[in-house]
Amino acid sequence: MVTTDRTATHVHVVEMEGIDKQFPGVFANQNIHFDLRQGEIHALLGENGAGKTTLMNILCGLYEPDAGEIRLFGSPVRFRSPREAIAAGIGMVHQHFMLVDRFTVAENIILGQTGPALLREPPAQLHRRLQALADHYGLKINPAVPVWQLSVGEQQRVEILKALYRHAKVLILDEPTAVLTPQEADELIVTLQTLAAQGTAIVFISHKLREVMSLCHRVTVLRDGQAISTVATQDCTEQQLAEMMVGREVNLRRQLSSSHSKPLSAQPVLEIQQLHVLSDRNLPAIQNLNLAVYPGEIVGIAGVDGNGQRELEEAIIGLRPPQQGDIRIQGKLAHIPSDRYSMGLLTDFSVAENLVLKDVKRPPFSWRGYLRPKAILSHAIELVQQFLIRTPSVKTRIGKLSGGNAQKVIFARELTRDHQVILAAQPSRGLDIGATEFVHAQLLACRDAGAGILLISTELDEILSLSDRIAVLYEGQILETVPIAQANVKELGLRMAGKQGVDKPGETP
Amino acid sequence: MTVDLSPSPRQQAWLARLRPFAPILGAIVALILGGLLIRLSGVNALAAYLVMLQGAFGGGRQLTDTLLKMTPLLTIALGLTLAFRAKVWNIGAEGQYFIGALTGSIPALTVPALTGWLLIPLMLLAGIVGGALWSGLAGLLYIKRGVNLIISTLMLNYIGILLLQYAARVPLREPNGFLPESAPFSSNAQIPPLFPGTRLHWGVLLAIGLVGVMYLLLWRTPLGFQLRAVGSNPGVARCSGIPTSRSILIALMTSGALAGLAGIVEVSCTYGRLKPDISDSYGFTAILVALLGQLNPLGVLLSALLFSALMVGAQSLNVVLQLPVSVAQVVQALLVLCVLTGTAIAQKQD
Repeated sequence: MVTTDRTATHVHVVEMEGIDKQFPGVFANQNIHFDLRQGEIHALLGENGAGKTTLMNILCGLYEPDAGEIRLFGSPVRFRSPREAIAAGIGMVHQHFMLVDRFTVAENIILGQTGPALLREPPAQLHRRLQALADHYGLKINPAVPVWQLSVGEQQRVEILKALYRHAKVLILDEPTAVLTPQEADELIVTLQTLAAQGTAIVFISHKLREVMSLCHRVTVLRDGQAISTVATQDCTEQQLAEMMVGREVNLRRQLSSSHSKPLSAQPVLEIQQLHVLSDRNLPAIQNLNLAVYPGEIVGIAGVDGNGQRELEEAIIGLRPPQQGDIRIQGKLAHIPSDRYSMGLLTDFSVAENLVLKDVKRPPFSWRGYLRPKAILSHAIELVQQFLIRTPSVKTRIGKLSGGNAQKVIFARELTRDHQVILAAQPSRGLDIGATEFVHAQLLACRDAGAGILLISTELDEILSLSDRIAVLYEGQILETVPIAQANVKELGLRMAGKQGVDKPGETP
Repeated sequence: MTVDLSPSPRQQAWLARLRPFAPILGAIVALILGGLLIRLSGVNALAAYLVMLQGAFGGGRQLTDTLLKMTPLLTIALGLTLAFRAKVWNIGAEGQYFIGALTGSIPALTVPALTGWLLIPLMLLAGIVGGALWSGLAGLLYIKRGVNLIISTLMLNYIGILLLQYAARVPLREPNGFLPESAPFSSNAQIPPLFPGTRLHWGVLLAIGLVGVMYLLLWRTPLGFQLRAVGSNPGVARCSGIPTSRSILIALMTSGALAGLAGIVEVSCTYGRLKPDISDSYGFTAILVALLGQLNPLGVLLSALLFSALMVGAQSLNVVLQLPVSVAQVVQALLVLCVLTGTAIAQKQD
């Protein structure tokens, strides 16, 4: 194994040897070797479907491997349930937090711990004990606060403390920065470095190359269920890692096709005026929002998840009636939904059926009240070829497709229907590099063809590389829209965290 | 000590090959479990099943009985198939069946002299409309006020059943009759037999014909596509421009209409008059029939036949071996449980 050691110790905390895991029809993991040393931050890098999650689910006891051996501190172990893995010191922080909103931080941490002694412990004493533990690891947490009052970043710290409270020697984090603002992500990185320095072994699942390079000591790259290589980050470059992941050359610096200095027309295709929208809980989700999108431009809306993105999207497609204000769309709207499986695709319907979902009543797909299966199938075959959708057949259920191919089905359906405006919400969420490239190329091509595009994304990089103008959505409000040339990452990051610009007088940064 | 139950790849391949037979395997398990129960009652299980088989299919009379009992089950279950495909949980088919019987009887009792060619279609139409409106009541409550469909359709059962019983006892009762039932229908109001001399009537053929209609509706029309889409994921359907409330109402009222149709056909053919007790819990059993048939019209035909055979066979079990009829009901319940468990396991392997 090619490794240069940066960590002082060589204690192998986890060794996974020759792990095989087969699901009907696919090898999710094939003869994978993976080792984790004490005090290191080890990145697990790979595209979606490469087998990262399967491998870590094996380690934390959710799956049993078909073949191979797992050793913990040198002695072989077999976990038959997550409970056994937790008892052995393996903690996982899932992408979706497993916290009870109404409970306090302390209650969440002891939740699921057995023993009557725990229940009898007075809260004040428990809080003190947890506070001491949090301080020991440098985690800023108040154990007495209910979880619903915490920000996403704080909730993540609760999850980490929960694992540490259970004496985790191995901490697995699944895409931990995906939900954080840039500032929160920086704090997390400091925390992880502290933990590693104290001897915790950390597995960092990610697809963000820059983070991996700056934070991790070693990287294991997975592709198609196989471990391609394990390298020390100091011995490689982002470019090399990207190529290992994808298995071919990639262009990381996306060629920004020259952004239009002025729109094609002075008449906006999408105009939102003084929009007020309520959330499901009848609280204001969008407040006094004004926005215009002109033909031939991409307007990017940045912001941390949960600041009104979903409500804005639903208001634009007409699913959520506005409380006040106007949304005017010139022409027809193509919609790339933020959640493919709850807004865009029927998972138990076939690829062909999903491609005609919005046009099933119209010819040529129906005629005189009857469906025309032949027309539906030939339409599907044509689009599968045109959009390079990888599927065993057009009759395959959508649920069997990878996220990237499912997203291609949505693009195929939406972009081949007549449209002047595109609402693209989180278009590359959960996609690998290859599929993201495809999505971005499609959006740029549509812009160049004259469509007006509203891009809502929580990935700041995506906003920066695609948009002609940028706005930040914070608590349902947009302060101003700035041209890409004037945008500055630090300033945008502060706006996303709800702080006014650094140059504004009377405000502390 | 835990036992490793996860199958090896080779075993998994075997399981994959068995997957299509999951419903049949489930049925076999159910019959074995039912056999154990029969054995516990002191009767040879094999002999008991043989008696049931002969009782249901052993001759012309038995076969006729089975087909006649199948008719209301099949008609109602086909409607429920459509509703359940749209995830509209109509538990009120029993009430819709009673209301259909009641509204369908009104033309028969008010214009008994009308020629059969007019009277019978009029009765069927009245039954269909009655059942549809009765289920539409629950649909309206759901769409306008968000009242849970399962609860409202379930509750409307009791109102529907009691409404018919009241009508049979008071306003429609035969003047000077001893029993709480209406006057007998005129011969014009009775659906004729398929062939002279048998009890098999046109309603049987109608029900079987509906299997094809329902198949076409579900899989070959845009309406069926939309109903299935709503059932698959109402959120996605709404985002795709499919009117979800209207689809739910259509699915609910179609199932109510077929339950009402079953009610009037049964009254016209089997009873020949409106009686307070016209159902062998068909509306409830049909829920099981639809589920056992995997919400597939052809599967529903088979499961309706199986259920009616069990019901008819149980009667000879009672006569020949003195076993209680409830044994058959237990076997029915076991069948549904085991078959659904079998398919659920098969899908999880998927």
